[in-house]
Amino acid sequence: MLDSVLVANRGEIARRVIRTARRMGIRAVAVYSDADADLPYVREADEATRIGPAPPAQSYLDAAAILDAAGKTGAAAVHPGYGFLAENADFARQVVTAGLIWVGPDPAAIEQMGDKIRARNLMERAGMPVSPGSREPVSDVTAALAEADRVGYPVMVKAAAGGGGIGMGMAQDQAALRAAFETARSRAERFFGSPEILIERYVERAHHVEVQILGLADGRVLALGERDCSVQRRHQKVAEESPAPGVTAELRQRMLASAVLAGQAVGYRGAGTVECLVDADAGSFVFLEMNTRLQVEHPVTELVTGIDLVEQQFLIAAGKPPSFDTAAVRSSGHALELRVYAEDPVRFLPRPGTITEWEEPAGEGVRVDAGYQAGNTVTPFYDPLLAKLCVHGADRDQALARARQAVAAFRIAGPKTNLPFHADLLASTEFASGSYDTSLVSKLRPT
Amino acid sequence: MAEVRAEMVANVWKVVAAEGDHVDDGDTLVILESMKMEIPVLAEGPGVVTQMHVAEGDVIQEGDLIAVIS
Repeated sequence: MLDSVLVANRGEIARRVIRTARRMGIRAVAVYSDADADLPYVREADEATRIGPAPPAQSYLDAAAILDAAGKTGAAAVHPGYGFLAENADFARQVVTAGLIWVGPDPAAIEQMGDKIRARNLMERAGMPVSPGSREPVSDVTAALAEADRVGYPVMVKAAAGGGGIGMGMAQDQAALRAAFETARSRAERFFGSPEILIERYVERAHHVEVQILGLADGRVLALGERDCSVQRRHQKVAEESPAPGVTAELRQRMLASAVLAGQAVGYRGAGTVECLVDADAGSFVFLEMNTRLQVEHPVTELVTGIDLVEQQFLIAAGKPPSFDTAAVRSSGHALELRVYAEDPVRFLPRPGTITEWEEPAGEGVRVDAGYQAGNTVTPFYDPLLAKLCVHGADRDQALARARQAVAAFRIAGPKTNLPFHADLLASTEFASGSYDTSLVSKLRPT
Repeated sequence: MAEVRAEMVANVWKVVAAEGDHVDDGDTLVILESMKMEIPVLAEGPGVVTQMHVAEGDVIQEGDLIAVIS
Protein backbone atom coordinates (compact mmCIF):
# COMPACT_ATOMS: atom_id res chain seq x y z
CA MET A 1 0.00 0.00 0.00
CA LEU A 2 1.05 3.63 -0.37
CA ASP A 3 2.76 4.93 2.75
CA SER A 4 2.44 8.64 1.97
CA VAL A 5 0.71 11.04 -0.39
CA LEU A 6 1.12 14.70 -1.26
CA VAL A 7 -2.21 16.37 -1.96
CA ALA A 8 -1.58 18.93 -4.71
CA ASN A 9 -4.64 21.03 -3.98
CA ARG A 10 -6.28 23.26 -1.39
CA GLY A 11 -9.51 23.95 0.48
CA GLU A 12 -12.30 21.43 0.86
CA ILE A 13 -10.96 18.83 -1.56
CA ALA A 14 -7.49 18.77 0.02
CA ARG A 15 -9.16 18.31 3.40
CA ARG A 16 -11.43 15.57 2.09
CA VAL A 17 -8.56 13.62 0.49
CA ILE A 18 -6.41 14.04 3.62
CA ARG A 19 -9.24 12.63 5.77
CA THR A 20 -9.39 9.34 3.85
CA ALA A 21 -5.62 9.10 3.52
CA ARG A 22 -5.17 9.37 7.28
CA ARG A 23 -7.97 6.87 7.95
CA MET A 24 -6.10 4.40 5.69
CA GLY A 25 -2.82 5.03 7.52
CA ILE A 26 -1.31 6.93 4.59
CA ARG A 27 0.82 9.88 5.73
CA ALA A 28 -0.79 13.00 4.22
CA VAL A 29 1.30 15.95 3.05
CA ALA A 30 -0.45 19.26 2.36
CA VAL A 31 0.88 22.09 0.21
CA TYR A 32 -0.27 25.68 0.63
CA SER A 33 0.17 29.15 -0.79
CA ASP A 34 0.65 32.22 1.38
CA ALA A 35 -3.09 32.88 1.14
CA ASP A 36 -4.01 29.48 2.61
CA ALA A 37 -1.60 28.96 5.52
CA ASP A 38 -4.42 29.15 8.10
CA LEU A 39 -6.95 26.84 6.40
CA PRO A 40 -8.10 23.66 8.18
CA TYR A 41 -6.59 21.26 5.62
CA VAL A 42 -3.08 22.57 6.34
CA ARG A 43 -3.44 21.81 10.04
CA GLU A 44 -5.13 18.44 9.54
CA ALA A 45 -2.37 17.03 7.32
CA ASP A 46 0.48 15.08 8.91
CA GLU A 47 2.87 17.54 7.35
CA ALA A 48 2.43 20.77 5.38
CA THR A 49 4.78 22.72 3.19
CA ARG A 50 4.57 26.17 1.60
CA ILE A 51 4.81 26.20 -2.19
CA GLY A 52 4.62 29.90 -3.04
CA PRO A 53 2.66 33.13 -3.10
CA ALA A 54 -1.11 33.38 -3.54
CA PRO A 55 -1.51 33.55 -7.35
CA PRO A 56 -2.20 29.99 -8.63
CA ALA A 57 0.47 30.23 -11.35
CA GLN A 58 3.09 30.64 -8.60
CA SER A 59 1.71 27.97 -6.28
CA TYR A 60 -0.92 25.32 -7.07
CA LEU A 61 -0.18 25.43 -10.82
CA ASP A 62 3.60 25.45 -10.32
CA ALA A 63 4.51 21.84 -11.15
CA ALA A 64 8.16 22.30 -10.20
CA ALA A 65 7.27 23.72 -6.77
CA ILE A 66 4.92 20.82 -6.10
CA LEU A 67 7.42 18.16 -7.20
CA ASP A 68 10.05 19.88 -5.08
CA ALA A 69 7.68 19.71 -2.08
CA ALA A 70 7.10 16.01 -2.75
CA GLY A 71 10.86 15.43 -2.82
CA LYS A 72 11.50 17.36 0.39
CA THR A 73 8.72 15.64 2.31
CA GLY A 74 9.45 12.16 0.97
CA ALA A 75 5.91 11.69 -0.37
CA ALA A 76 5.46 8.45 -2.34
CA ALA A 77 2.41 9.56 -4.32
CA VAL A 78 0.61 12.65 -5.60
CA HIS A 79 -3.17 13.11 -5.44
CA PRO A 80 -4.21 16.09 -7.58
CA GLY A 81 -7.81 16.61 -6.36
CA TYR A 82 -9.78 18.46 -9.05
CA GLY A 83 -8.91 21.62 -10.99
CA PHE A 84 -5.37 23.07 -10.96
CA LEU A 85 -3.05 20.32 -12.29
CA ALA A 86 -5.53 17.42 -12.02
CA GLU A 87 -6.07 17.15 -15.78
CA ASN A 88 -2.60 18.20 -16.86
CA ALA A 89 -1.05 15.19 -18.62
CA ASP A 90 2.43 16.75 -18.58
CA PHE A 91 2.29 17.12 -14.82
CA ALA A 92 1.09 13.53 -14.43
CA ARG A 93 4.06 12.39 -16.54
CA GLN A 94 6.47 14.47 -14.45
CA VAL A 95 5.11 12.85 -11.30
CA VAL A 96 5.70 9.38 -12.75
CA THR A 97 9.15 10.34 -14.09
CA ALA A 98 10.10 11.54 -10.61
CA GLY A 99 9.44 7.99 -9.40
CA LEU A 100 6.18 8.87 -7.63
CA ILE A 101 2.77 7.26 -7.93
CA TRP A 102 0.17 9.36 -9.73
CA VAL A 103 -3.23 8.91 -8.12
CA GLY A 104 -5.15 9.23 -11.35
CA PRO A 105 -5.52 7.74 -14.81
CA ASP A 106 -2.73 7.14 -17.29
CA PRO A 107 -1.45 10.49 -18.68
CA ALA A 108 -2.42 9.29 -22.19
CA ALA A 109 -6.07 8.97 -21.08
CA ILE A 110 -5.95 12.51 -19.62
CA GLU A 111 -4.57 13.80 -22.90
CA GLN A 112 -7.15 12.04 -25.06
CA MET A 113 -10.04 13.33 -22.96
CA GLY A 114 -8.56 16.76 -22.25
CA ASP A 115 -8.99 17.81 -25.87
CA LYS A 116 -12.76 17.99 -26.26
CA ILE A 117 -12.60 17.50 -30.03
CA ARG A 118 -10.43 14.39 -29.83
CA ALA A 119 -12.64 13.12 -27.03
CA ARG A 120 -15.81 13.56 -29.10
CA ASN A 121 -14.25 11.77 -32.06
CA LEU A 122 -13.00 8.94 -29.87
CA MET A 123 -16.34 8.53 -28.08
CA GLU A 124 -18.22 8.48 -31.36
CA ARG A 125 -15.99 5.63 -32.54
CA ALA A 126 -16.55 3.81 -29.23
CA GLY A 127 -20.29 3.81 -29.89
CA MET A 128 -21.26 6.72 -27.65
CA PRO A 129 -23.84 9.17 -29.06
CA VAL A 130 -22.42 12.68 -29.68
CA SER A 131 -24.22 15.86 -30.72
CA PRO A 132 -23.53 17.29 -34.20
CA GLY A 133 -20.30 19.28 -33.93
CA SER A 134 -16.67 19.89 -34.88
CA ARG A 135 -14.43 16.99 -35.80
CA GLU A 136 -11.44 19.33 -35.95
CA PRO A 137 -10.61 22.71 -34.35
CA VAL A 138 -12.31 25.79 -35.76
CA SER A 139 -9.54 28.28 -36.42
CA ASP A 140 -11.28 31.57 -37.28
CA VAL A 141 -14.63 33.32 -37.42
CA THR A 142 -15.23 32.33 -41.05
CA ALA A 143 -14.69 28.68 -40.25
CA ALA A 144 -16.90 29.03 -37.19
CA LEU A 145 -19.75 30.47 -39.25
CA ALA A 146 -19.44 27.68 -41.80
CA GLU A 147 -19.35 25.04 -39.07
CA ALA A 148 -22.42 26.51 -37.36
CA ASP A 149 -24.31 26.46 -40.67
CA ARG A 150 -23.45 22.78 -41.05
CA VAL A 151 -24.33 21.88 -37.45
CA GLY A 152 -27.43 24.09 -37.20
CA TYR A 153 -28.28 26.87 -34.74
CA PRO A 154 -28.39 27.30 -31.79
CA VAL A 155 -24.79 26.29 -31.22
CA MET A 156 -22.44 26.13 -28.25
CA VAL A 157 -18.94 27.59 -28.61
CA LYS A 158 -16.28 26.07 -26.35
CA ALA A 159 -12.55 25.96 -25.77
CA ALA A 160 -11.31 22.53 -26.90
CA ALA A 161 -8.92 22.47 -23.96
CA GLY A 162 -11.37 24.11 -21.58
CA GLY A 163 -13.43 23.26 -18.56
CA GLY A 164 -15.46 24.75 -15.75
CA GLY A 165 -17.72 26.60 -18.18
CA ILE A 166 -15.07 29.29 -18.72
CA GLY A 167 -15.37 31.02 -22.09
CA MET A 168 -18.35 28.90 -23.13
CA GLY A 169 -21.07 30.71 -25.00
CA MET A 170 -24.35 29.93 -26.75
CA ALA A 171 -25.23 31.56 -30.09
CA GLN A 172 -28.66 31.69 -31.73
CA ASP A 173 -27.47 33.38 -34.92
CA GLN A 174 -24.44 34.57 -36.90
CA ALA A 175 -24.06 37.89 -35.04
CA ALA A 176 -24.11 36.17 -31.66
CA LEU A 177 -21.68 33.55 -32.95
CA ARG A 178 -19.13 36.19 -34.00
CA ALA A 179 -19.16 37.62 -30.46
CA ALA A 180 -19.19 34.22 -28.75
CA PHE A 181 -16.29 33.03 -30.90
CA GLU A 182 -14.07 36.00 -29.95
CA THR A 183 -14.88 35.63 -26.25
CA ALA A 184 -14.26 31.90 -26.30
CA ARG A 185 -10.97 32.28 -28.13
CA SER A 186 -9.54 34.97 -25.85
CA ARG A 187 -10.55 33.04 -22.72
CA ALA A 188 -9.25 29.79 -24.21
CA GLU A 189 -5.82 31.32 -24.73
CA ARG A 190 -5.78 33.00 -21.37
CA PHE A 191 -7.11 30.21 -19.17
CA PHE A 192 -6.15 27.06 -21.04
CA GLY A 193 -3.14 28.09 -23.14
CA SER A 194 -4.71 26.87 -26.37
CA PRO A 195 -6.86 28.88 -28.82
CA GLU A 196 -8.59 25.82 -30.27
CA ILE A 197 -12.35 26.17 -30.44
CA LEU A 198 -15.10 23.66 -30.99
CA ILE A 199 -18.67 24.23 -32.05
CA GLU A 200 -21.52 21.87 -31.31
CA ARG A 201 -25.28 21.89 -31.50
CA TYR A 202 -26.78 23.43 -28.38
CA VAL A 203 -29.28 21.15 -26.68
CA GLU A 204 -32.14 23.23 -25.30
CA ARG A 205 -33.96 22.25 -22.13
CA ALA A 206 -31.34 19.62 -21.46
CA HIS A 207 -30.60 17.73 -18.31
CA HIS A 208 -26.95 17.56 -17.44
CA VAL A 209 -26.46 14.01 -16.21
CA GLU A 210 -23.10 12.37 -15.55
CA VAL A 211 -21.98 8.84 -14.80
CA GLN A 212 -19.35 8.04 -12.18
CA ILE A 213 -16.95 5.44 -13.50
CA LEU A 214 -14.16 3.58 -11.77
CA GLY A 215 -11.41 1.85 -13.74
CA LEU A 216 -10.02 -0.94 -11.58
CA ALA A 217 -6.40 -2.07 -11.31
CA ASP A 218 -7.33 -5.31 -13.13
CA GLY A 219 -8.58 -3.35 -16.16
CA ARG A 220 -12.31 -3.64 -15.57
CA VAL A 221 -14.40 -0.46 -15.73
CA LEU A 222 -17.42 -0.06 -13.44
CA ALA A 223 -20.25 2.48 -13.56
CA LEU A 224 -21.31 3.59 -10.05
CA GLY A 225 -24.54 5.34 -10.94
CA GLU A 226 -25.38 8.81 -12.18
CA ARG A 227 -25.74 12.37 -10.89
CA ASP A 228 -28.02 15.10 -12.21
CA CYS A 229 -26.11 18.40 -12.37
CA SER A 230 -28.67 20.57 -14.17
CA VAL A 231 -28.76 23.32 -11.55
CA GLN A 232 -26.15 25.65 -13.04
CA ARG A 233 -25.27 29.32 -13.18
CA ARG A 234 -22.80 30.56 -15.83
CA HIS A 235 -22.50 26.92 -17.00
CA GLN A 236 -21.15 25.98 -13.57
CA LYS A 237 -22.84 23.55 -11.23
CA VAL A 238 -24.54 24.76 -8.08
CA ALA A 239 -26.42 21.64 -6.92
CA GLU A 240 -26.35 17.96 -7.82
CA GLU A 241 -28.37 14.89 -6.94
CA SER A 242 -28.54 11.16 -7.39
CA PRO A 243 -30.53 9.32 -8.65
CA ALA A 244 -31.28 11.75 -11.50
CA PRO A 245 -35.01 12.40 -11.14
CA GLY A 246 -35.83 12.66 -14.87
CA VAL A 247 -34.01 9.53 -15.96
CA THR A 248 -35.92 6.28 -16.43
CA ALA A 249 -34.45 2.93 -15.44
CA GLU A 250 -34.07 2.02 -19.11
CA LEU A 251 -32.25 5.27 -20.01
CA ARG A 252 -30.04 4.94 -16.93
CA GLN A 253 -29.06 1.43 -18.00
CA ARG A 254 -28.09 2.65 -21.48
CA MET A 255 -26.11 5.60 -20.09
CA LEU A 256 -24.19 3.47 -17.61
CA ALA A 257 -23.36 0.91 -20.30
CA SER A 258 -22.13 3.68 -22.64
CA ALA A 259 -20.00 5.21 -19.89
CA VAL A 260 -18.32 1.86 -19.31
CA LEU A 261 -17.54 1.62 -23.05
CA ALA A 262 -16.16 5.17 -22.93
CA GLY A 263 -13.86 4.26 -20.05
CA GLN A 264 -12.74 1.06 -21.77
CA ALA A 265 -11.97 2.97 -24.98
CA VAL A 266 -9.21 4.89 -23.18
CA GLY A 267 -8.10 2.11 -20.82
CA TYR A 268 -9.33 4.20 -17.92
CA ARG A 269 -7.97 3.63 -14.42
CA GLY A 270 -9.24 5.32 -11.28
CA ALA A 271 -12.22 7.61 -10.71
CA GLY A 272 -13.61 9.48 -13.71
CA THR A 273 -16.83 11.03 -14.88
CA VAL A 274 -18.62 10.80 -18.20
CA GLU A 275 -20.81 13.89 -18.63
CA CYS A 276 -23.86 13.73 -20.89
CA LEU A 277 -26.73 15.94 -21.97
CA VAL A 278 -30.07 14.21 -21.67
CA ASP A 279 -33.23 15.02 -23.57
CA ALA A 280 -35.68 13.51 -21.09
CA ASP A 281 -38.69 13.90 -23.40
CA ALA A 282 -36.99 11.97 -26.20
CA GLY A 283 -35.30 9.55 -23.81
CA SER A 284 -31.96 10.20 -25.53
CA PHE A 285 -28.52 11.44 -24.50
CA VAL A 286 -25.30 12.71 -26.05
CA PHE A 287 -21.72 12.69 -24.78
CA LEU A 288 -20.51 16.04 -23.45
CA GLU A 289 -17.06 15.41 -21.98
CA MET A 290 -15.12 13.15 -19.71
CA ASN A 291 -13.45 14.44 -16.56
CA THR A 292 -10.37 12.38 -15.78
CA ARG A 293 -10.27 12.98 -12.03
CA LEU A 294 -12.33 13.03 -8.88
CA GLN A 295 -15.39 15.23 -9.41
CA VAL A 296 -16.40 18.05 -7.06
CA GLU A 297 -19.79 16.38 -6.55
CA HIS A 298 -18.44 12.88 -5.85
CA PRO A 299 -19.98 12.86 -2.32
CA VAL A 300 -23.44 12.44 -3.90
CA THR A 301 -22.37 9.05 -5.25
CA GLU A 302 -20.61 8.16 -1.99
CA LEU A 303 -23.81 8.83 -0.04
CA VAL A 304 -26.04 6.59 -2.18
CA THR A 305 -23.51 3.76 -2.71
CA GLY A 306 -21.67 3.81 0.62
CA ILE A 307 -18.38 3.68 -1.32
CA ASP A 308 -15.48 6.01 -0.38
CA LEU A 309 -14.25 7.02 -3.84
CA VAL A 310 -10.98 8.47 -2.57
CA GLU A 311 -10.20 5.17 -0.84
CA GLN A 312 -10.77 3.39 -4.18
CA GLN A 313 -8.45 5.88 -5.90
CA PHE A 314 -5.66 5.06 -3.45
CA LEU A 315 -6.25 1.30 -3.72
CA ILE A 316 -6.27 1.40 -7.53
CA ALA A 317 -3.11 3.55 -7.62
CA ALA A 318 -1.44 0.91 -5.43
CA GLY A 319 -2.56 -1.85 -7.81
CA LYS A 320 -5.02 -3.31 -5.27
CA PRO A 321 -8.62 -4.47 -5.73
CA PRO A 322 -11.38 -2.14 -4.52
CA SER A 323 -12.71 -2.34 -0.94
CA PHE A 324 -16.28 -3.19 -2.02
CA ASP A 325 -17.96 -6.14 -3.74
CA THR A 326 -18.09 -5.11 -7.40
CA ALA A 327 -21.00 -7.50 -8.06
CA ALA A 328 -23.16 -5.94 -5.34
CA VAL A 329 -22.99 -2.20 -6.07
CA ARG A 330 -26.37 -0.60 -5.50
CA SER A 331 -27.79 2.85 -5.01
CA SER A 332 -29.78 3.35 -1.84
CA GLY A 333 -32.02 6.33 -1.05
CA HIS A 334 -31.41 9.79 -2.45
CA ALA A 335 -28.56 12.29 -2.06
CA LEU A 336 -28.14 15.98 -2.80
CA GLU A 337 -25.15 18.31 -2.82
CA LEU A 338 -25.48 22.07 -2.52
CA ARG A 339 -22.36 24.07 -3.33
CA VAL A 340 -21.96 26.92 -0.88
CA TYR A 341 -20.16 29.70 -2.73
CA ALA A 342 -18.76 33.03 -1.51
CA GLU A 343 -20.97 35.06 -3.81
CA ASP A 344 -24.01 37.24 -3.60
CA PRO A 345 -27.17 35.15 -3.82
CA VAL A 346 -28.85 37.25 -6.51
CA ARG A 347 -26.31 38.13 -9.19
CA PHE A 348 -23.83 35.40 -8.19
CA LEU A 349 -20.89 37.81 -8.18
CA PRO A 350 -17.82 36.95 -6.06
CA ARG A 351 -17.87 38.21 -2.47
CA PRO A 352 -14.67 37.14 -0.72
CA GLY A 353 -13.98 38.31 2.82
CA THR A 354 -12.98 37.29 6.33
CA ILE A 355 -15.20 34.70 7.99
CA THR A 356 -16.40 36.00 11.37
CA GLU A 357 -18.92 33.24 12.01
CA TRP A 358 -19.05 29.67 10.72
CA GLU A 359 -21.45 27.12 12.10
CA GLU A 360 -22.11 23.95 10.15
CA PRO A 361 -25.39 22.07 10.23
CA ALA A 362 -25.37 18.54 11.60
CA GLY A 363 -27.90 15.77 11.99
CA GLU A 364 -28.97 12.51 10.42
CA GLY A 365 -27.95 12.22 6.77
CA VAL A 366 -26.02 15.52 6.76
CA ARG A 367 -22.41 15.70 5.56
CA VAL A 368 -20.47 18.93 5.18
CA ASP A 369 -17.21 18.99 3.21
CA ALA A 370 -15.88 22.43 4.15
CA GLY A 371 -12.67 24.20 3.23
CA TYR A 372 -12.92 26.97 5.81
CA GLN A 373 -13.78 27.79 9.40
CA ALA A 374 -14.31 30.95 11.46
CA GLY A 375 -11.30 33.27 11.37
CA ASN A 376 -10.20 32.23 7.85
CA THR A 377 -10.05 34.76 5.04
CA VAL A 378 -11.61 33.87 1.70
CA THR A 379 -9.36 35.50 -0.89
CA PRO A 380 -10.08 36.42 -4.52
CA PHE A 381 -7.36 34.12 -5.86
CA TYR A 382 -9.29 30.86 -6.10
CA ASP A 383 -12.75 29.56 -6.94
CA PRO A 384 -15.61 30.63 -4.64
CA LEU A 385 -16.41 27.18 -3.18
CA LEU A 386 -16.59 27.42 0.61
CA ALA A 387 -18.24 24.10 1.40
CA LYS A 388 -20.37 21.33 -0.01
CA LEU A 389 -23.51 20.71 1.98
CA CYS A 390 -24.55 17.12 1.26
CA VAL A 391 -27.60 15.28 2.51
CA HIS A 392 -28.89 11.75 2.22
CA GLY A 393 -32.44 10.52 2.80
CA ALA A 394 -34.44 7.35 2.33
CA ASP A 395 -36.11 9.02 -0.67
CA ARG A 396 -35.99 12.35 -2.51
CA ASP A 397 -38.62 13.99 -0.31
CA GLN A 398 -36.72 13.15 2.83
CA ALA A 399 -33.45 14.34 1.31
CA LEU A 400 -35.08 17.64 0.32
CA ALA A 401 -36.56 18.11 3.79
CA ARG A 402 -33.19 17.48 5.40
CA ALA A 403 -31.53 19.84 2.95
CA ARG A 404 -34.00 22.64 3.80
CA GLN A 405 -33.27 22.24 7.51
CA ALA A 406 -29.53 22.08 6.94
CA VAL A 407 -29.48 25.21 4.75
CA ALA A 408 -31.44 27.10 7.41
CA ALA A 409 -29.01 25.95 10.10
CA PHE A 410 -25.79 26.81 8.20
CA ARG A 411 -24.45 30.09 9.61
CA ILE A 412 -21.73 31.93 7.73
CA ALA A 413 -20.95 35.59 8.37
CA GLY A 414 -18.30 37.71 6.71
CA PRO A 415 -18.30 36.88 3.01
CA LYS A 416 -21.71 36.86 1.35
CA THR A 417 -22.87 33.39 0.42
CA ASN A 418 -25.41 31.79 -1.89
CA LEU A 419 -27.20 30.01 1.00
CA PRO A 420 -30.30 32.20 0.41
CA PHE A 421 -30.30 30.98 -3.20
CA HIS A 422 -30.24 27.37 -2.00
CA ALA A 423 -33.20 28.10 0.29
CA ASP A 424 -35.10 29.45 -2.74
CA LEU A 425 -34.05 26.48 -4.88
CA LEU A 426 -35.30 24.00 -2.28
CA ALA A 427 -38.56 25.95 -1.92
CA SER A 428 -39.24 26.04 -5.66
CA THR A 429 -42.00 23.78 -6.93
CA GLU A 430 -40.06 23.12 -10.12
CA PHE A 431 -37.03 21.76 -8.29
CA ALA A 432 -39.24 19.85 -5.87
CA SER A 433 -41.08 18.25 -8.81
CA GLY A 434 -37.82 16.82 -10.12
CA SER A 435 -38.69 17.79 -13.69
CA TYR A 436 -36.27 20.69 -14.07
CA ASP A 437 -33.54 21.33 -16.63
CA THR A 438 -30.49 23.58 -17.07
CA SER A 439 -32.74 26.65 -17.42
CA LEU A 440 -33.88 26.40 -13.77
CA VAL A 441 -31.49 28.95 -12.23
CA SER A 442 -32.34 31.61 -14.82
CA LYS A 443 -36.02 31.06 -14.01
CA LEU A 444 -35.38 31.46 -10.29
CA ARG A 445 -33.17 34.51 -10.86
CA PRO A 446 -34.50 36.33 -13.94
CA THR A 447 -32.13 39.16 -14.95
CA MET B 1 -17.54 64.22 -10.59
CA ALA B 2 -18.19 60.54 -10.07
CA GLU B 3 -16.04 58.21 -8.01
CA VAL B 4 -15.93 54.60 -9.15
CA ARG B 5 -15.25 52.25 -6.23
CA ALA B 6 -14.66 48.51 -5.99
CA GLU B 7 -17.69 46.40 -5.09
CA MET B 8 -15.54 43.53 -3.88
CA VAL B 9 -12.04 42.32 -3.12
CA ALA B 10 -10.44 41.58 -6.47
CA ASN B 11 -7.32 41.58 -8.60
CA VAL B 12 -7.05 44.16 -11.35
CA TRP B 13 -6.72 42.12 -14.53
CA LYS B 14 -6.92 44.82 -17.21
CA VAL B 15 -7.02 48.60 -17.18
CA VAL B 16 -9.04 49.50 -20.25
CA ALA B 17 -9.47 53.28 -19.92
CA ALA B 18 -6.64 55.75 -19.35
CA GLU B 19 -6.58 59.17 -17.70
CA GLY B 20 -7.80 61.72 -20.21
CA ASP B 21 -10.05 59.28 -22.08
CA HIS B 22 -13.59 60.31 -22.81
CA VAL B 23 -16.03 57.58 -21.78
CA ASP B 24 -19.74 57.04 -22.28
CA ASP B 25 -22.28 55.45 -20.00
CA GLY B 26 -21.59 51.71 -19.90
CA ASP B 27 -18.02 51.85 -21.21
CA THR B 28 -15.59 49.47 -19.53
CA LEU B 29 -13.03 51.21 -17.30
CA VAL B 30 -11.18 48.24 -15.87
CA ILE B 31 -11.69 44.49 -15.70
CA LEU B 32 -11.36 42.93 -12.27
CA GLU B 33 -10.80 39.29 -11.59
CA SER B 34 -12.07 37.57 -8.51
CA MET B 35 -12.59 33.88 -7.84
CA LYS B 36 -11.91 32.87 -11.46
CA MET B 37 -14.45 35.35 -12.80
CA GLU B 38 -13.85 38.46 -14.87
CA ILE B 39 -15.88 41.43 -13.69
CA PRO B 40 -15.94 44.55 -15.86
CA VAL B 41 -16.26 47.87 -14.02
CA LEU B 42 -18.35 50.24 -16.12
CA ALA B 43 -18.70 54.01 -16.32
CA GLU B 44 -22.07 55.04 -14.93
CA GLY B 45 -22.29 58.16 -17.06
CA PRO B 46 -20.42 60.09 -19.74
CA GLY B 47 -17.32 62.12 -18.88
CA VAL B 48 -13.56 62.25 -18.87
CA VAL B 49 -11.42 59.89 -16.80
CA THR B 50 -9.53 62.40 -14.64
CA GLN B 51 -7.96 59.90 -12.26
CA MET B 52 -7.13 56.18 -12.58
CA HIS B 53 -6.06 54.80 -9.24
CA VAL B 54 -5.35 51.17 -10.11
CA ALA B 55 -2.81 49.32 -12.23
CA GLU B 56 -2.86 45.82 -13.68
CA GLY B 57 -1.91 43.27 -11.03
CA ASP B 58 -3.10 45.36 -8.06
CA VAL B 59 -5.18 43.70 -5.37
CA ILE B 60 -7.99 46.03 -4.34
CA GLN B 61 -10.34 45.92 -1.37
CA GLU B 62 -14.07 46.52 -1.25
CA GLY B 63 -14.68 50.28 -1.36
CA ASP B 64 -11.27 51.19 -2.81
CA LEU B 65 -11.27 54.05 -5.30
CA ILE B 66 -10.73 52.78 -8.85
CA ALA B 67 -11.22 55.91 -10.97
CA VAL B 68 -12.73 59.36 -11.03
CA ILE B 69 -14.85 60.55 -13.93
CA SER B 70 -15.53 64.28 -14.32
